[in-house]
Amino acid sequence: MDNSTKDIQGGIESVPNEMNRENISKEEISKITRKRKLILPVMIILYILPIFVMIWSLFIGRFEVEPGNVLKILFSPIIPMEHTWSSAEETIIFQVRLPRIIAALLVGASLSMAGAAYQGLFKNPLVSPDILGVSSGAGFGAACAILLSLSTWFIQISAFLGGITAVITTYLLSRLYKSGQILVLVLSGVIVSSFFGALLSITKYVADPYEKLPTIVFWLMGSLSSARYIDIMSIAPAIFLGGIVLLLIRWRINLLALGPDEARTLGIDITQITRIIVLCATLLTAAAVCISGIIGWVGLVVPHLARMITGPDYSRLLPMTIVMGASYLLIMDDISRTLISTEIPLGILTALLGAPFFAFLLWRRKTGWV
Amino acid sequence: MGITLSAHNLKFSWNSQRNVFSDVSFNLKPGELFCILGPNGTGKSTLLRCLINLLDINQGSVEIDRVDIRDMERHDLAKKLAFVPQRWDVSFPYTVIDYVVMGRAPFISAFASPSDDDVKIAIDAIQEVGIFHLLEKSVNEISGGEHQLALIARALAQQPEILLLDEPTSHLDFGNQMQVLSLIERLRDRGISIIMTSHFPDHAFIVSDQVGIMREGSFSMIGPAEEVITSEALGSTYHVDVRVEFIEVAGRKVCIPVRYKAGCNCSTESLLDQYYRECEEHAGLCKNCGFC
Repeated sequence: MDNSTKDIQGGIESVPNEMNRENISKEEISKITRKRKLILPVMIILYILPIFVMIWSLFIGRFEVEPGNVLKILFSPIIPMEHTWSSAEETIIFQVRLPRIIAALLVGASLSMAGAAYQGLFKNPLVSPDILGVSSGAGFGAACAILLSLSTWFIQISAFLGGITAVITTYLLSRLYKSGQILVLVLSGVIVSSFFGALLSITKYVADPYEKLPTIVFWLMGSLSSARYIDIMSIAPAIFLGGIVLLLIRWRINLLALGPDEARTLGIDITQITRIIVLCATLLTAAAVCISGIIGWVGLVVPHLARMITGPDYSRLLPMTIVMGASYLLIMDDISRTLISTEIPLGILTALLGAPFFAFLLWRRKTGWV
Repeated sequence: MGITLSAHNLKFSWNSQRNVFSDVSFNLKPGELFCILGPNGTGKSTLLRCLINLLDINQGSVEIDRVDIRDMERHDLAKKLAFVPQRWDVSFPYTVIDYVVMGRAPFISAFASPSDDDVKIAIDAIQEVGIFHLLEKSVNEISGGEHQLALIARALAQQPEILLLDEPTSHLDFGNQMQVLSLIERLRDRGISIIMTSHFPDHAFIVSDQVGIMREGSFSMIGPAEEVITSEALGSTYHVDVRVEFIEVAGRKVCIPVRYKAGCNCSTESLLDQYYRECEEHAGLCKNCGFC
């Protein structure tokens, strides 16, 4: 069917036909289609921002490494050159800073992406990635492993499994209701979150207050200080899998914002897409949380910041969310490791600096977008 | 060209105690406009929702070209059948063009975004309903009536063969109501079959080919507006006295609800007849209700 060739027929005689179709030229239409693809300068800057922040992050840290040496160390694997730096410096750059930077980028991107996807799925801009209980599940998993004095590796696996278990419980609980509505899913998430929250409290209560309890508390505050390549390698598959699937279906997430009924009349299989989004977002969040601990705020706010720039269309929003989330968390992590002589837990910093920043943006924009 | 939609003995109930409707059957021929009238709560919207498989009917079947809609894939159904709901709730401020492009969803594969062609079709639909000037506006900054038009545009972007409209005029002012009705008529003339619900019997006179009056969970009458919409039928459906009169300037019949006051025993029917004869001379024919 070609609509453009059709002209107006009929019309009611008693009513003057005021709905004459404005004649829109081909040029104007192509102007509109071009405008939809237009990339603003600010977007280009934000897209390349992670690369600059990443390079900058390599140069800063408590342990002073001469900038010249940092460059030399960075290029030494590619270009053979004279060793003018100590092996300690090389270890700092390659074994401490670089893995931590990569971890920050991955965690920031994952949390923001999961948050954006959930905000679309639940039709609510106030939703964060832990709405279905992934954080409390992961927290409980990690706390159990810490309580049993297991190694870091096991703490991570336990956190990952805890997070996944919590979300599966939430999902199954919501299926008990015949209607299977989105609201029921949120309610189940609240139930499961508080249940795992209580379990976490029990582990804290029974934990040895001089050794285990502080470890649990610090884990819950979130930190990337122990990130190593092996951690990154083990979470990367989950993050890439979840991330790529979400990116592929990103335009469809828009349709969920219309509500389940309208989405269904547009041919969307709601149950299927809900399952896919929950699965991907859970993979992303659980993977991020298990190496970083609980980092709030990023998944809630970064999608909003991105929405201010790209508008609500997920085709543009989701990629922007990824780069902004990555940059945001990396900058926060840089501050957390350099601001004072001891490390500030990342979970504290993201909210402490992020909240006023967000409030400032709200005040500047003076427009609602909810 | 054109497809037939037929409903056979539909029955729906939210729970087993009470049927919302039962024994609902009708046939929609290609290019026909079927208007469903009926009081609040008789299940007009529920029926529409069943026709597009949003609600599961308990009994009977809805068939499009002899294929049961429950056997069709949702995206195949969405290519044939578009639905314009009465209420909406959009959580993010999409622009009107983004909103209308969403109507292309059944034609866009799961991993793709809308193409330029999809945008063109959406722009065309927006022009069709006459809201091109709102193209870049956000949907939560436009009025209820404009939103209704955007919804119709979105349904048109689906390029459906059958369009279901749930009270398309409910958010509109007088002028816009007529515009939407003429838009609906235009779409019908283009070959799109239409099922709409309405609260205004007048609208059925203006646009419909067939009218069904829904009452107490079933169609009490189906037929051309001239035959179905009568004083008696409207009176027993809406429990008010309604006169259906031919008005010359409009060139059609018009329904006039007659003021009703509880406790007055005077026959409005005869009163009105008197009114036409005598009212010019002396007002206040009925001392009780004071109608004139």
